[in-house]
Amino acid sequence: MGLEIEQPSAVQLSKIAVSETHGEDSPYFAGWKAYDENPYDELKNPSGVIQMGLAENQVSFDLLEGYLEKHSEASSWGKGASGFRENALFQDYHGLQSFRKAMASFMEQIREGRAKFDPERVVLTAGATAANELLTFILADPGEALLVPTPYYPGFDRDLRWRTGVKIVPIHCDSSNNFQITPQALEAAYNDAEARNIKVRGVLITNPSNPLGATIQRSVLEEILDFATRKNIHLVSDEIYSGSVFSSSEFVSISEVLEARQYKESERVHLVYSLSKDLGLPGFRVGTIYSYNDKVVTTARRMSSFTLISSQTQHLLASMLSDKEFTENYIKTNRERLRKRYQMIIEGLRSAGIECLKGNAGLFCWMNLSPLLEKPTREGELALWSSIVHEVKLNISPGSSCHCSEPGWFRVCFANMSEQTLNVALKRIHNFMEQRDRDRNIISSQ
Amino acid sequence: MTRTRFSRTGSSEEEAKPTTSSGGGGGTAMRVIVPLQGVVQGRGGLFLGSVIPCALFYFLQLYLRRNRSEPSTPPPPQPTEGEESSPSSSSTGQLAEVSVLQRSLSRSHLSPRSAGGPIFVSGRAVSVAKRGDSPYDVGMRKVSENPYDELENPDGVFQLGLAENKLSLDLVRDWLADNARDAILGGGRSGAELGIGGIASYQPFDGLMELKVAVAGFMSQVMEKSVSFSPSQIILTAGAAAAIEMLSFCLADSGNAFLVPTPYYPCFDRDLKWRSGVEIIPVPCRSADNFSLSIMALDRAFNQAKKRGIKVRGIIISNPSNPVGNLLDRETLYGLLDFAREKNIHIVSNEIFSGSTHGDEEFVSMAEIIDLEDLDRNRVHIVYGLSKDLSLPGFRVGIIYSFNENVLAAAKKLTRFSSISVLSQRLLVSMFSDTKFIQNFIEINRARLRGMYIKFVSGLKQLGIKCIKSNGGFYCWADMRGLICSYSEKGELELWEKLLNIAKVNVTPGSCCHCIEPGWFRFCFTTLTEKDIPVIMERIRKISETCKSSC
Repeated sequence: MGLEIEQPSAVQLSKIAVSETHGEDSPYFAGWKAYDENPYDELKNPSGVIQMGLAENQVSFDLLEGYLEKHSEASSWGKGASGFRENALFQDYHGLQSFRKAMASFMEQIREGRAKFDPERVVLTAGATAANELLTFILADPGEALLVPTPYYPGFDRDLRWRTGVKIVPIHCDSSNNFQITPQALEAAYNDAEARNIKVRGVLITNPSNPLGATIQRSVLEEILDFATRKNIHLVSDEIYSGSVFSSSEFVSISEVLEARQYKESERVHLVYSLSKDLGLPGFRVGTIYSYNDKVVTTARRMSSFTLISSQTQHLLASMLSDKEFTENYIKTNRERLRKRYQMIIEGLRSAGIECLKGNAGLFCWMNLSPLLEKPTREGELALWSSIVHEVKLNISPGSSCHCSEPGWFRVCFANMSEQTLNVALKRIHNFMEQRDRDRNIISSQ
Repeated sequence: MTRTRFSRTGSSEEEAKPTTSSGGGGGTAMRVIVPLQGVVQGRGGLFLGSVIPCALFYFLQLYLRRNRSEPSTPPPPQPTEGEESSPSSSSTGQLAEVSVLQRSLSRSHLSPRSAGGPIFVSGRAVSVAKRGDSPYDVGMRKVSENPYDELENPDGVFQLGLAENKLSLDLVRDWLADNARDAILGGGRSGAELGIGGIASYQPFDGLMELKVAVAGFMSQVMEKSVSFSPSQIILTAGAAAAIEMLSFCLADSGNAFLVPTPYYPCFDRDLKWRSGVEIIPVPCRSADNFSLSIMALDRAFNQAKKRGIKVRGIIISNPSNPVGNLLDRETLYGLLDFAREKNIHIVSNEIFSGSTHGDEEFVSMAEIIDLEDLDRNRVHIVYGLSKDLSLPGFRVGIIYSFNENVLAAAKKLTRFSSISVLSQRLLVSMFSDTKFIQNFIEINRARLRGMYIKFVSGLKQLGIKCIKSNGGFYCWADMRGLICSYSEKGELELWEKLLNIAKVNVTPGSCCHCIEPGWFRFCFTTLTEKDIPVIMERIRKISETCKSSC
């Protein structure tokens, strides 16, 4: 140790600090860099890169704005002493009870009352990113694994693995059955982990799925729950897009499945939710863990000390989410607007000769460009992606960054821009496809 | 943190797969019977001699299994000192169930249904759940169940265990009442985007640049402008606990250690160790030295760790210190830097109370001490926050201030797990831009802190209880060795319990702060009004009398 005599070496950082597990060097984020350097602006930079890689919901901002304008007292506390003391000083990891109640009832509203939520089981975190990481810390030890169906949200590589030291073992899904999770795929993933001597602690699904933009069917949920029960492992259902399903009748939450089973085996089930997508408030940093397991609730609550939501934000949202008239209207309107956007992009792509997976939820569509690949490989996909980012100037997310086993699929976000911008993007895709056809005709006629 | 596996020899694969079908149970029984046959060799013929005991054994297994099928009620909570059941949590009895978790896991292999919670939770979760029994938590619960109120509940419990500054809350409250709405919806003051679009969408996780600029200015202001801070070296986190934990993750690997002078802030155990797996090596400070830190003690602790094969990655100091309220003088800071340089380790200086100094001594930040040499700068990191100096714990604002580019880069990425609501950030930007208000606040707050400190310490003195001279922070570090029956942790906790349950005053016993000398207690005086002091002193006086007579 005492060898640094001549040249004192620089002081060291931890392995976590220097590791690449944060994943920010992957293509998913490289596209963001391209956007940051040359962002599209309708007036100032009409030839810039259009950001279609960010799953943000901007279609219903006006509703939120309207609410805040009308209810300005929500954002302050007036001179009432007790109200202020409760809020500015409040830093209890239980969170404001009024806010937990409001969250629970909002989650019930999204599921149209088909499941009940107990405010005492709501644990608040600063965003769903924190919620997923926290649950992973609780449910698994370093070196153990969670099974996650592919394709999945690229951020999971970081959120579930980086500080926790937990591994992700993929459950492979493919287009032959619209990327649905099958019992065989579940078993195969489990066995794969076992063969590598990795202990599996849970399954983590996203429902509705990111990046597929589709809800998971009831029968599949039942199978996944049965699988988790057989293996005696946990089931985490990230339902962050549950309020962004275009038609409310098409979404089945794991909470509904549990209720139908009278909560048998529910101690292994945990939900993650957030207001970032459904309510378009990612900047507020509001996430929640809802667990049917008392121990997990207690533990998560304590751990949430590292990621509490500002009391002021809780206070404001508590009043907003308790306003049933507002929330009902918001949910309905938001669904409708997303559905329209989805229609718009699907038709636009179709007229350009591009098909997408049939979706019914979320802020994106899962586009199939495999016919365009020169080689049906990851490299082929990345080459195509690179030309789309740099020539067509659209930042979309390549399927390989979502660990999709089939090359050629891309996630395209449609809710983080105005309709005009979306039209511009569609036009560019149209032109791109036409150009390719022309080039191919030229080549084939030579 | 051991995780019990079904530790019988044989294939680990089978252990891993809990068989819940009844076929598995039969298999289990058979595996035991077969070797037994070899053991039993009776004169009544090998057959009888082996079958009968085997049959008996088999039936015993069946019997046991049937009666063990479901743990229908959780095992009774293990009694620990001062443990009370929490009314609000729905998992009361379940907490203690954790400590018998290891056994119930093995039970699940035999029972057909895994109801009753035999499902695994990680080692980290187990250690977290166990923590619920500390005096720190028990005291908090008691206060929340029965808080003192001059009019509504004059027999309630006084909260002297939580460092909230209520002395100057009125100033903040009035400012917010007048300004919050415009600040949030963008009254144009901050010059940033108007309307909700600007505050609702994704922003940099490590904080808005405008807030970093404002915080840098504020930090400089509270430290009496002796040093200037650069916004580009600031990372904002949702609370200082997150800042400390992030640094722990960045500066040390699991199994490494930090040197921490004792007595220390009880939550360091959580912030530095829990999830990161990093150890704390306490560096004891003694009353004979007024609990000041000696480099010799640091060196001794470092060498002891080395002998045990533990790699020390840094020193964590708090300045002003919690619980004692000491300020570290220049000489000590230089000494620390030399020590860190010699051992090539980091220094984290937790300066969260730097704006809450109330004595005559000058506060010197680590930032002021830094040489211009790069090597020194790379090893120094400062933690700050707005919960103490600005009385805004609910807003969750913590700061990492580092001179190390790599630490800043890593911490920046980690802030996605602990980011401040943009709503609150905007509000704060607006508040900081009101320089008159801020200056006013700092001055008035300091004066009130000083006033309350003097009164409180004098009150204790009249009871014969002396405190270490403190120059900053929200606490008095009181010597109550004269009141404890036995000079031990047990004696200290007995006194703590009397104070909590009889005098109804929640204070923090020194053992929670890992003080090596029993009998010291931490009193927070910032949650009080002047009128409360005589009430509290009277209650403590009664206890001190019974203590003297009952020992």
